[in-house]
Amino acid sequence: MAFRHYRDSSMNQSAVIAEPSVVLNVLSQPEETPAQSCRGAEILIKGLIANGVDTIFGLPGGAVLHIYDELWRYREEITHYLVRHEQGAVHAAEGYARATGKVGVALVTSGPGATNAVTGIATAYMDSIPLVVITGQVATGLIGTDAFQEVDTFGITLPVVKHSYLVRRAEDLEDIVNEAFFIASSGKPGPVVIDIPKDVTAQVAEYRGSNDGFVEYHEYRSEPDRSVIEDAVKKILEAKQPVFYIGGGVVSSGASDELTSLVEKLNIPVTPTLMGLGGFPSAHANCLGMLGMHGTYASNLAVAESDLLVAVGVRFDDRVTGKLNTFAPNAEVIHIDIDASAMGKLRKPQIPVVSDAATALAAINERLESESLDTERLAPWWRTIREWQSAVPLGCSGSEDEIDPQKLIETLHEVTDGDAVIVTDVGQHQMWAAQFYPFKRSRQCLTSGGLGTMGFGLPAAMGARVALPDQMVVAVVGDGGFQMTNQEIITAIQYNVPLKVVIMNNGYLGMVRQWQEMFYDRTYSEVDLSVSPDFVKLAEAYGAKGLRATKPEELRSVLKEGLEYDGVAIMDIVVRKEENVFPIVPAGGESRNMILK
Amino acid sequence: MRHTISILLANEAGELSRIVGLFSARGYNIETLSVGKTQDPKWSKATVVTYGDDATVEQIVKQCSRLARVKDVRLVTTLPHIEREMALIDVSVSAGAERQEVMNLVKIFRAKVVDISHDKMVLEASGTRDKVDTFIDMLKPLAVNEVTRSGSVAINRLSSLESFRSDAKAEAAAA
Repeated sequence: MAFRHYRDSSMNQSAVIAEPSVVLNVLSQPEETPAQSCRGAEILIKGLIANGVDTIFGLPGGAVLHIYDELWRYREEITHYLVRHEQGAVHAAEGYARATGKVGVALVTSGPGATNAVTGIATAYMDSIPLVVITGQVATGLIGTDAFQEVDTFGITLPVVKHSYLVRRAEDLEDIVNEAFFIASSGKPGPVVIDIPKDVTAQVAEYRGSNDGFVEYHEYRSEPDRSVIEDAVKKILEAKQPVFYIGGGVVSSGASDELTSLVEKLNIPVTPTLMGLGGFPSAHANCLGMLGMHGTYASNLAVAESDLLVAVGVRFDDRVTGKLNTFAPNAEVIHIDIDASAMGKLRKPQIPVVSDAATALAAINERLESESLDTERLAPWWRTIREWQSAVPLGCSGSEDEIDPQKLIETLHEVTDGDAVIVTDVGQHQMWAAQFYPFKRSRQCLTSGGLGTMGFGLPAAMGARVALPDQMVVAVVGDGGFQMTNQEIITAIQYNVPLKVVIMNNGYLGMVRQWQEMFYDRTYSEVDLSVSPDFVKLAEAYGAKGLRATKPEELRSVLKEGLEYDGVAIMDIVVRKEENVFPIVPAGGESRNMILK
Repeated sequence: MRHTISILLANEAGELSRIVGLFSARGYNIETLSVGKTQDPKWSKATVVTYGDDATVEQIVKQCSRLARVKDVRLVTTLPHIEREMALIDVSVSAGAERQEVMNLVKIFRAKVVDISHDKMVLEASGTRDKVDTFIDMLKPLAVNEVTRSGSVAINRLSSLESFRSDAKAEAAAA
């Protein structure tokens, strides 16, 4: 049996779990069920069910035939969505995980199945999304012989997984599956790969139906030191120009309520990263909008002028900071993150708080109960900020006869009552969605922030919609990214997933074109997508509803019709071709030096 | 700055490549690496000699600590420690005065002759990196045919660990 010692409590570890009970409860039906002999494939499926899995996105192949054979037997318990490309399977699993916080599961075969999955795994890794990806492998006796559809999946995925396994014996499988779900969802979440050779799925071993193995060896540390909280509170109460800079950690730890309560108590401005959107309501008076490369004028200036940056669940990504040594140059930093390695990776915090975000914010809130707070204390700071906000609001050039891309997002916001889960692809439309769709809640904006994976949007939206059967889910994609994964439309059709896709069609790889316009003297090198399929006809070929708007007056009715349609709808919205995303901080530039139009 | 990091990791297939992969992916340097089982065969100890500024080395320790199968990461060089390397050196030596000279060097450096033929010797030297370097350097006037060197292995001095532990206890008591 694989041994399961992992961490030593003496280490100041980042392995922290917010709610270990969630994992444990699912698994806790030990002793009562007697051990059963089953083949590896069945142990895997039983393990998945024991970990609460009822949905898998996958595509079969030779190395996973035993698993698929077993999956068919368990089809009442687990619904399998047959994607048309493995990248789609992983993005769909990501969409499922991002929408719910649960672990998403993808199942692919060996060789090309696994390599096709890598982009999705890397996307999940960069954004800390909990996934379990099961890959088939050639039989153990063939490993290393360049067998048909053999690839070193363990090696290829090594840099983009939180953890991975090459399973050598069926008897190890049960513990591995349990541990994989635990690792994927605990601490800073991430993808876990289980690579299973075909013969292991056929071997017979005992399924114990218990998790008596690994959990006791994991050490959790989710609570910050009281003295650190004391220091943080002192700094917060002293600061004259504080800003909360919040990211994906707020979303994944479910810290929104604690954050809102804290911010309202102290009346401190908040700026979310792309991954943090929704973690604090965008329409809240204290929200300055996103910061960074395409952040608002007020956000970037507030950070630049701040004397205290309270960084929660963020990692000082280059798209946020621009030139690092001029980012928030006068600010002291309180950095709250579950990942100890985030501390000082790019910016050295004065007060590092290695903790689950919700736990740390709750501790600060609790500590503040004994303070008498003066909400007017920051009035001068707010006056400055309000001036910045009114000086340069977000906007667009405005056009009579063409659809503004920004107007598209605003109209989408109106017709969905601001309540839709928006899943973006990557590029200009992603930034406009971030800027112009005010998100109310966590997990309402699902986007590939870290890796910036074009092709993410459509399959991820399908996965999110599967996870949220009563929720309007809209994929907002560009005409470029749409064409990278549009094969999954048929998956949505097959399983009656009423996917809504809004294509912001500008006939270009728009963000690249924008950079070529601004930084390469308008040399539009290989960005022209004017030769594209007729997206309406394409939708119809898939059996979906296809709609198109080319004029401003058509926009609202097309969106309404598409969203109200009972089924998959593809809305091709032809927008002004050469609109740019503003503000923009040129890559590596100082974030206060924004190009505003 | 040169640092020696001691990593206690699971003695399982693939775990060492996770460490090596982490170093290359994040652009950290490995000057030497040596790995072997510990007293408990479930665990391996990897000793990595690396160099970088304090912030980089701190990141290396934190990044290694994140791995699920890493139990402990210790920066050996922050405390008094013992560090050793070993080398096996094949030299051409003619009988007579030349061999006598080599034997003198062997004695001075407390090395060993581990193999001999009419015109060659294999020498074993161990000690600090400087000592092994110097020994090899001293042999250079002779024909050095082949040098095989190990990476460093290191362990903290007992006294340093005791004071470290009592410091930690005092801190815990104070908290």
